[in-house]
Amino acid sequence: MHMADALLSPAVGGTFWAGTLGAIAYAAKKLRENLDDRFIPLMGVLGAFIFAGQMINFTIPGTGSSGHIGGGMLLAILLGPYAAFLVIASVLTIQALFFADGGLLALGANIWNLGIYPCFIAYPLIYRFIVRNRNTPSRITIASILSVVFGLELGALSVVLQTKISGITELPFGTFVIVMLPIHLAIGVVEGFITAGVVNYVRTLRPDIIEHVEGVKALSSSVSMKKIVIVFAIFTVLAGGIFSWFASTYPDGLEWSIEKIYGKAEIPERQTPVSEILSETQKKTAILPDYSLPSAGKGEEKPSWPSVDTITSLSGLLGGIMVLAVVVIFGIGIKVIRKLRRT
Amino acid sequence: MTFDAEFFNIGYLDNLSYKDTFVHRLDPRVKLLVSFIFIMFVVSFPKYDLSGLIPFFIYPVFLLTAGDIPLRAIAKKVLFVSPFALFVGIFNPLLDTDVLLTLFGIPISGGWISFLSIIVKFILTVSTALLLIAATSFLGLCEALERLKLPRIFVIQLLFLYRYLFVLLEETFRMLRAKDARSFGKRGSEIKTFIRLISILLVRTVERAERIYQAMLSRGFRGEIKVLKRHRLRFQDLVFVVSSIGLFYLFRNYNIVHILGEVVERSLR
Repeated sequence: MHMADALLSPAVGGTFWAGTLGAIAYAAKKLRENLDDRFIPLMGVLGAFIFAGQMINFTIPGTGSSGHIGGGMLLAILLGPYAAFLVIASVLTIQALFFADGGLLALGANIWNLGIYPCFIAYPLIYRFIVRNRNTPSRITIASILSVVFGLELGALSVVLQTKISGITELPFGTFVIVMLPIHLAIGVVEGFITAGVVNYVRTLRPDIIEHVEGVKALSSSVSMKKIVIVFAIFTVLAGGIFSWFASTYPDGLEWSIEKIYGKAEIPERQTPVSEILSETQKKTAILPDYSLPSAGKGEEKPSWPSVDTITSLSGLLGGIMVLAVVVIFGIGIKVIRKLRRT
Repeated sequence: MTFDAEFFNIGYLDNLSYKDTFVHRLDPRVKLLVSFIFIMFVVSFPKYDLSGLIPFFIYPVFLLTAGDIPLRAIAKKVLFVSPFALFVGIFNPLLDTDVLLTLFGIPISGGWISFLSIIVKFILTVSTALLLIAATSFLGLCEALERLKLPRIFVIQLLFLYRYLFVLLEETFRMLRAKDARSFGKRGSEIKTFIRLISILLVRTVERAERIYQAMLSRGFRGEIKVLKRHRLRFQDLVFVVSSIGLFYLFRNYNIVHILGEVVERSLR
């Protein structure tokens, strides 16, 4: 369920990076306020633990296929929301860099989807609410399953929204949601069951691991409830803002591009490259043009709508091959220079 | 077993990052920044614009060749990752069947173009992320993040994670080997066994963290970790930033492919 760069628009990717950076700064500030020194190595090593734990596979009952844990809620239970969020963020960062899971731009969205929802929404609102101070195995089991499912579903919904708002996919919103939510419901139940199993089993081996952290959190989470409501509110406003922006620009962009297509189709002659360059320069005064804008302005392929020229597409193909050739020659050139220098 | 593959992959990329080339010597901040801007430029292309993306291959090719990184290592990774992008993208040709252009008389629908454009964007962004880490040591990147004012505790967290990743992976590997030696066929991968394995691993991890903490205390740890600053901005860093961003800007605003294609076509006539 990792988002990928290729599915994001710069506006959506940037927005979620901003949100994620804010959350990281907030969590770091919160941690600094009442941080036990022991937490620093513990957090780091637990991050490595999540990584290593994901290498162990198990058979998913009834299907025969295998899966691994995500571990977000487990971290939240062990470390509390703030530390867990930072650990999740760092695990995802390393995954983005070394495994290219998602990518650098999508990393912001991924941290948001897999970190914010379990740590700041599902954990305090569901897990803590159900467990409170009575750590019975059955309570832990129910709380884990419900909170993991809730966190994952929010994340999945968020993935759908991000993809949809970015406008890259043609998948209708409804279908997308209908595909994503049940899959993540199933994943969530299994993950929740495992999380509960681990927490309960570790409690029998080393109760202090769970209890110690529980104690720390009981304190911090009572304070943070208000903050969580605030985070929730900010998120709602943010989502609402993006949504309305999307709702207002998307049809416009579409209409505009259609208009462009027909407008150009009426013009009998193609523009010369020079006049094109000139008109392009006029449009491109903004550093990073708005996403929907250049789709109509830039789409040189688009005007070659059915009836008219194969010429533009042929020149596109020729040009493409040439540019690729230049890139390859460039690469080979650098290699040759490097070799010459070495000898 | 995928475990070995994944394990060696991290190590492999890590090894590559200790080379000494022009790209490796650049300030990590600069590489991080330019790569991020590169990705922003790439994803800013509208979904039907395929030709405009092609010139952008120059940046990964530059990192690859000037950084002396084997093409196979990167290509293999790029080919195998993220089924999600493909899953989402593959519906475009099915759902968007309006013919956008005809090439040699073959009609090509908008869906195929947008699908291809997703693939090209995917290749560009993923290979850049991998090349970034292959051309910059992880320590260098952490230094960059710290100097870009990310919260220190987050950076320290990253450093710790990376340092103990290899240790814990080896430990996990030992546990898995022991489990495999005691189980036959498909047995041993039930959820119950899995929960026990994870739990034991967790307890061992926490105990390791406690030992690490003791060791740190005895070496004078006072809740603060200094990150060594090894890089300074140099002239060539500035040249790299200005020229690459200038190039991206050029590629974004002028369709080089289109212009070149027209010139060639006209001269052919």
